Amino acid sequence: MTINEIQDQIISEFNQFDDWMDKYALLIDLGNALEPLDEKHKTPQNIIEGCQSRVWLNAELVDGKVVFEGESDAILVKGIVALLIQVLSGQTPDDIVNTDLYFVKKIGLQEHLSPTRSNGLLAMVKQMKMYALVFKMKQG
Amino acid sequence: MNPAEIENIRSQFPILAEKIYNKPLIYFDNAATTQKPQAVLDKINYGYKHLNANIHRGVHYLSQQATEAHEAARKFIAEYINASSSDEIIFTRGTTEAINLVAFSLGECTCQEGDEIVISAMEHHSNIVPWQMLCERKGLKLHIIPINEKGELLLDEYEKLLTERTKLVAVTHVSNVFGTVNPVKEIIATAHVKNIPVLIDGAQALPHLKIDVQDLDADFYVFSGHKVYAPTGIGVFYGKRAWLEKLPPYQGGGEMIQNVSFEKTTYNELPFKFEAGTPDYIGSTALAEALKYVQNIGIEKIADYEHELTEYATKRLLEIDGMRIIGTADHKSSVISFLVGEIHPYDIGMLLDKLGIAVRTGHHCAQPLIDQLGIPGTVRASFAFYNTKEEIDTFIEALKKVVAMLS
Repeated sequence: MTINEIQDQIISEFNQFDDWMDKYALLIDLGNALEPLDEKHKTPQNIIEGCQSRVWLNAELVDGKVVFEGESDAILVKGIVALLIQVLSGQTPDDIVNTDLYFVKKIGLQEHLSPTRSNGLLAMVKQMKMYALVFKMKQG
Repeated sequence: MNPAEIENIRSQFPILAEKIYNKPLIYFDNAATTQKPQAVLDKINYGYKHLNANIHRGVHYLSQQATEAHEAARKFIAEYINASSSDEIIFTRGTTEAINLVAFSLGECTCQEGDEIVISAMEHHSNIVPWQMLCERKGLKLHIIPINEKGELLLDEYEKLLTERTKLVAVTHVSNVFGTVNPVKEIIATAHVKNIPVLIDGAQALPHLKIDVQDLDADFYVFSGHKVYAPTGIGVFYGKRAWLEKLPPYQGGGEMIQNVSFEKTTYNELPFKFEAGTPDYIGSTALAEALKYVQNIGIEKIADYEHELTEYATKRLLEIDGMRIIGTADHKSSVISFLVGEIHPYDIGMLLDKLGIAVRTGHHCAQPLIDQLGIPGTVRASFAFYNTKEEIDTFIEALKKVVAMLS
């Protein structure tokens, strides 16, 4: 699936709920279901320090696609990490660099990506694009 | 305070009528900043409408009026904390600037390489970092008073840290994480036996306690206006006259000078020597107004009611499985830090926010303390006299719901 197809799928999944409590319950489920990041990837280089919570992000290039893995110590943040991985992992560096992550706003979670929340998520999105850019440049 | 009194007080704080996500705002983040009563808002408005002219140097009517208002505010604040003279009240932007002032000026005046500064394990970053910067600049050593598991300072250990090289003790009156009220009078007396001056960070104390700087015998006492129902950007640095005369100025500029020539500048007398630039004369009058507001209700009455709220909230919080109260000092102010099981504070704070409840989460600008406790941070509820038991009940129900979602 393309990035936008996955985004649209997430949007319809979240938009079946009117109540924010249900949306957050889904986010918590996604966070709980996220594969824990292998301890060997929980290195200081992979840490994105937020003021409130921390996020780990690991990226590798496998067969021309970027594979992201990540985790957070806060479950809501972990839920969003899971969504970002669902959308961006397994895509080409070029597609990742050029993508517009509109699903976050559409499902009402943009406040988590606001610079004032200091949960590390905004930095994580930037970091994901940065990895993609580096892989793209390496590919030439 | 009876319900009618509280209702009347609440009606004087316009923001308390706000709705957040269509729910009535429950504001339990008072240790971060407090809301402002109408009287303070009116004072600011009045100042800009009727009293706005640059002070001290003007010959015209409006400037005289503004100067008088500013100096009357200084006098009121001096009396409020029982300073021996209004010359000992220096206006700053807040607690942080006041501590930086002392760290700079004392550093220039009395500190040599190898000297020592003593702070405590429960300080806010603003009472850690300026001293680290001084240590870096002058080659000093920083010593830390340890705490026990209840969040109280170990006074025996404190005494052992005082040496002939100790140039200052800087401790908080009330902890912003634990709510611990430290025995600052005793701490000051202990240091004075060895002729060591003491700075007290009163940011969390002014809103809740009666402060008498002469009774405490504090050499320096600092606080912020915004934590005591006044606007942001105004604060107070109290210093004993003898110290203020001895210390060199912190910043240079207008107001703080007597004579300027390119060869030599002489400094103004107290308190102006430490107030470079146009002072915040609107802020100072609004701060005095806020303190008058507190005085009219009565600080003892406020403290009693806030104590009642804190006891009630603590009791109700303990109904929740896995509840851990962080900071259980015998003498506490209206701050409760807690964790529930292994749930991350951020998750609790985010979901409570969705229910219209404002609490603080994280390390509360006391990262070394949080790291020492081995926790990711805390959720902190802090109360003011405009909060109610009904709000606490709503908060507890919301918290139970949130915990069920996250467990």
